[in-house]
Amino acid sequence: MRVDSSAIAATAGGGLLALPILLPVVGVLLSFLIGGRRAEWIALVLMPVELAVAVAIACLVWRSGEPLVYTLAGYTPPLGIALRADGFSAVMLVTAGLIAPAAALFARASFASPRGTEKRAPLVFWTLLQGIQAALSVIFLGADLFNLYVGLELLTFAAVPLVCLDGRPETLAAALRYLLFALFGSVFYLLGVALLYGAYGTLDIALLAPLIRPQPAVWLAAALMTAGLLAKTALFPLHLWLPSAHANAPAAASAVLSGLVVKGSFFLVVRLWFDVLASLPGVVPGTILAALGSAAILFGSVLALRQERLKMLIAYSTVAQIGYLFLMFPLSRGPWAADAFSGGVMQASSHAFAKAAMFLSAGLIAESLGHDRIAELGGAARAMPATFLALGLGGLSLMGLPPSGGFVAKWLLMKASIACGQWVWAVVMAAGGLLAGGYLYRVLAPAVSGESPLLQKRPARSRESVALALALVAVLLAFAPPGFFAFLQIGRPAAGLALQ
Amino acid sequence: MTSATLGGLVGAALVGLGLYGLIAKPQPLRKILAFNLMGSGVFLVFGIVARKGAAAGLQADPVPQAMVITGIVVAFAASALAVNLVLRLFEAAGQATLSRDAWAKLPDDGAGPV
Repeated sequence: MRVDSSAIAATAGGGLLALPILLPVVGVLLSFLIGGRRAEWIALVLMPVELAVAVAIACLVWRSGEPLVYTLAGYTPPLGIALRADGFSAVMLVTAGLIAPAAALFARASFASPRGTEKRAPLVFWTLLQGIQAALSVIFLGADLFNLYVGLELLTFAAVPLVCLDGRPETLAAALRYLLFALFGSVFYLLGVALLYGAYGTLDIALLAPLIRPQPAVWLAAALMTAGLLAKTALFPLHLWLPSAHANAPAAASAVLSGLVVKGSFFLVVRLWFDVLASLPGVVPGTILAALGSAAILFGSVLALRQERLKMLIAYSTVAQIGYLFLMFPLSRGPWAADAFSGGVMQASSHAFAKAAMFLSAGLIAESLGHDRIAELGGAARAMPATFLALGLGGLSLMGLPPSGGFVAKWLLMKASIACGQWVWAVVMAAGGLLAGGYLYRVLAPAVSGESPLLQKRPARSRESVALALALVAVLLAFAPPGFFAFLQIGRPAAGLALQ
Repeated sequence: MTSATLGGLVGAALVGLGLYGLIAKPQPLRKILAFNLMGSGVFLVFGIVARKGAAAGLQADPVPQAMVITGIVVAFAASALAVNLVLRLFEAAGQATLSRDAWAKLPDDGAGPV
């Protein structure tokens, strides 16, 4: 099939796009090579560099107002493979670039290698943390559907072992269940890729998008790829693996898994429906996605209310917050498309920061009290105020109270849903906010009253400040200037999902 | 029926059988085998896609074949990881089941990992 490849040419500064993938891969290889105790230092040295690269990419996209493009080895698609960074990619790159080092700083106490010995869990943790960064960069920058499949698989393989680092049987079972769901998802995604390639003979997103016609092969491919990605994103009813996997992982790993890893596959759902399939009528699929999202919000929040352990509660709240992400799909047409898109992206980013802060706080609480049973948290906030402050500030985003990134996200989505006449999503969002208030009250209200309990160990100041810093970023997102939302639109096709 | 249609149907049947196994079979090893069955079906579809390219006048479309090779490597790595997890689970718990009831009986001190 003939395709016009003149649309894709490398832009100035595009070479920078190779670095977010290259640097963590070099880190992983070095960790294996000179390994052992130095893996921690390799990760801690590389992460600030990767953050700087992510910020530089964001600046370049901002300055040019156009997506950055890089063609690997100078071969243009369809023969070669392109990397492309638009506003959304840049924001997610910076989000990942901030959360990964925060989790790393927090993890230093749990995954230090004692002098002279090489322990397995620390080496695996530091290597896989970099693996997750590499995989996320491939996903955020990939412009080729098959390349994105490889990124998706890398992400799964790096994320699953983090769940079972301590080797307890229930964590191994949680990891295995996670892996099986993820494998189901990847086969479906790959089958969809095969069908699209069979229909159009190219997998480059920019070349493929104009060729897409509403025909059975495309609808089937879209359904398969979306279902596969939903299994990896843990959208209701494919969320069954998430709570036990995220709640049983070590705190630093939970923060990365819940904050970043599920956003990787969500990012691809957005890529798929907003970039690849933008010309398909999007009302019915968008409504199905949002209906599943609404079910996730209500179901996840109600189950969070009923949990006995803090980490399980936070994991179920992830199930609910993932639901909000999918409310952007039916709203993304007409004059409110930009608001809905900004709301979705804001939700992805602010939830990443808030949830990472909350999992790190929960880790500190469990470590200091020796348990994380919610019924026995009475007075704990008096003994460790900074930790509970981080937990509470993160909670603001989940409830959607100002000032927080979660408030801006939910406000934009609610505004768009009312303006589009789709009231039902606004009602669901309001109910979700109330339920989130309920489950956070269950934790925070007893914690600030009563006798402060005896701590087994005081949480380290440095680890408390990491959690607090992440929670503050989630709050500061509320003050994102209007320019930030214009930035998110860079590289968007004008209309989003097409009108029916 | 052309060989391409037949191949496509066989691929679809393999994916369907694998999906049934992945959902319906409780044993992890069977689920892993079912995943591989699904994978084989997808690779077969890629093969048919390459043949279709050949039918359109090209000698043979090599791109889907390159994708199948990558896919096989990925599926192999996934299977190895999954089998390893099943073995670790069996060593740690003396059983390798994913049913929730089996884990509900274990004592939980509420501490969890930190």
